[in-house]
Amino acid sequence: MAFTAFSTGTAKEQAPRRKSKIALLLLLPGILYLLLFFLVPLVALIATSLQEPVPFGDFGQYQTAFRWQNYVEVITTYGDQIIRSFTYALLATIFALLFSYPIAYFIGVKCRQWPLLQNLLLVLVIAPFFISFLLRTLAWKSILADESFIVTGLKALSLMAPDAHFTGTPAAVVFGLTYNFIPFMTLPIYAALERLDTRLLEAGRDLYAKPATSFFKITVPLSMAGIVSGVLLTFIPAAGDYINASSRFLGGSSTSMIGNVIESNFLVSLNYPAAAALSIILMSIILVLVTAYVKRSGTEDLL
Amino acid sequence: MAAASGFAESGADLDLVGIQKRFPGFTAIEHLDLTIPAGSFFALLGPSGCGKTTTLRLVAGLEDPTTGQVLIGGKDVTKLRPFERPVNTVFQSYALFPHMTVLENVAFGLRRRKIADPIDKAHEALRLVELDHLATRKPQQLSGGQQQRVALARALVNRPALLLLDEPLGALDLKLRRQMQIELKSIQESVGLTFLHVTHDQEEAMTMADTVAVMNKGRIEQMGAPEVLYELPRTAFVANFLGQSNLFTGPVAGTTADAISVDVAGVKVVVPKSRAARHTGTVTIGVRPEKLALHTEKPATDASTNALGPGRVIDVSFTGVSTQYLVDIPGVGNVTVFTQNMGFGPTAHEGAEVWVSWHVEHGFGLEDDPDAEPRFSPDADTQMLAVQTKNELQSELEAEEA
Repeated sequence: MAFTAFSTGTAKEQAPRRKSKIALLLLLPGILYLLLFFLVPLVALIATSLQEPVPFGDFGQYQTAFRWQNYVEVITTYGDQIIRSFTYALLATIFALLFSYPIAYFIGVKCRQWPLLQNLLLVLVIAPFFISFLLRTLAWKSILADESFIVTGLKALSLMAPDAHFTGTPAAVVFGLTYNFIPFMTLPIYAALERLDTRLLEAGRDLYAKPATSFFKITVPLSMAGIVSGVLLTFIPAAGDYINASSRFLGGSSTSMIGNVIESNFLVSLNYPAAAALSIILMSIILVLVTAYVKRSGTEDLL
Repeated sequence: MAAASGFAESGADLDLVGIQKRFPGFTAIEHLDLTIPAGSFFALLGPSGCGKTTTLRLVAGLEDPTTGQVLIGGKDVTKLRPFERPVNTVFQSYALFPHMTVLENVAFGLRRRKIADPIDKAHEALRLVELDHLATRKPQQLSGGQQQRVALARALVNRPALLLLDEPLGALDLKLRRQMQIELKSIQESVGLTFLHVTHDQEEAMTMADTVAVMNKGRIEQMGAPEVLYELPRTAFVANFLGQSNLFTGPVAGTTADAISVDVAGVKVVVPKSRAARHTGTVTIGVRPEKLALHTEKPATDASTNALGPGRVIDVSFTGVSTQYLVDIPGVGNVTVFTQNMGFGPTAHEGAEVWVSWHVEHGFGLEDDPDAEPRFSPDADTQMLAVQTKNELQSELEAEEA
């Protein structure tokens, strides 16, 4: 057939990479910054996590040592909080994804013909950032408080038990986390969907794909980069969050997460090695989970 | 899903009945009645914005008609959604799924319809377009021509009753396009499906299709076999969109039993009644440039020949197989003449005094009311513009020299 005549064309070759001194020079400030503000503190944190109390010293006095038992102690003491942190973060990530995807799809795909509306809606997504995150969480605390009209209303309608609370429950903490991280989930998904070629969806429909099938086989895979970024941007900070779960905000004594434990060890009981060990554990678990997740979703080039 | 289940045994008829499509602000299709018989290769030809792509999208189900019905194989599919129609499309942009391999792209439609052995069938379709060795590649790793063939395989593998082609060869270079045209035609003949091909390339439409419909401003101007459309265009639009034409307008001056004669700038131009759409009033007569003969002396006219002249050759361009002359005949306007370069016959140089003649049987009378359109639209002829610009530049040069 005639095809053989022009089937020799191969894919574009990658441009050869040239090592250049200028590139290295341009990278230098960044490398210095990372060394100074990331690597040094990290080493200091690891060193702190292995310190031991000064014998007969003052409260909160520690000296350099190699006390690896610190790790065993914090894991046995705070195992519940560690598991709780990742459970809450996971739930918040799932809810944020379920809320954000339709919002991002609506703004990025459905509103394409009206760029003005698109921008307006994006501003609405970002608008909460104009107000401090602490203030917004406090506002939710009073909205959801026992004496608020929502809770009294639900109780009047017998949808809530008369002695039930909302603030201080795990549901309130997960709600707060979800609420606070929705913009971080929405924006990267929006960025991915905004580039989605809708002609591919037409091709899918033409090839017998029902709307749901073309969504899961075409739209979702093509927005995967946005989903992965959104999940990382939500899950990582949510796992370490200590505001929402704090009893001064939406949480209670039974909802404390790893961040709350680190805070209290560091600021209240002045147990710096325990706080540092917990931080290292939090960081390691996140690193392992994120690596596994990114590997699974096949978007290694994100990391 | 009944309509889309299983492979089509053969092509299906397509009927468009009283279709109209309005978008906010403009009407894409004024009124369309069209029947495409099963197994035919049908081309919709027209300039961009004439409604041909909209027609295709209506058939695919990607747009809904404002009024009218779409019937495939006698079955009304107007209300069916695209995935329920026994139709596949080769998109102008190819629209290959970038996250899937070539093989998965081709197998996509088969998998959706749960047809057995999708992978085997996809390989088979890729072998048909000679791309099976690239089955594991991603579409973006292929060249434009290869992507186009994948798009074709992805549509063909479903054996649709009706295959829609939306300018599928638009992105290819000339040589590749020729090869693909032949390939498409032979695939259509071997699988016996109905092809509906949309294009703005008149040569492509004429070489590939059994039937060509010329569309303009949301209407079909004329429809028929390519030879018929070329030899006997009915409107000025068709006469000029499908090849080039020389058009002369004048009142009917005389009628015989089988011919009418039209007064063009004092000269009687005869055209057979059977080749004229109208026989009274003001009529536009056309003749193709290659049907004209160029004479350096006044030709002897008889009943079977029309002659115009004298005129002056204002431009000569050599194109290899033929030479194109532009002749300015006072009172008539510019006449284009193509002569074959066969090494004999008169040749004329610029400025020469010439006559043109043609056989009466080669003329055609248009249906258009010439009053509706300007007799010779001044901006229509790019060749004329080129000549004008050239002359202006030349006179400028001469003025400078003087």
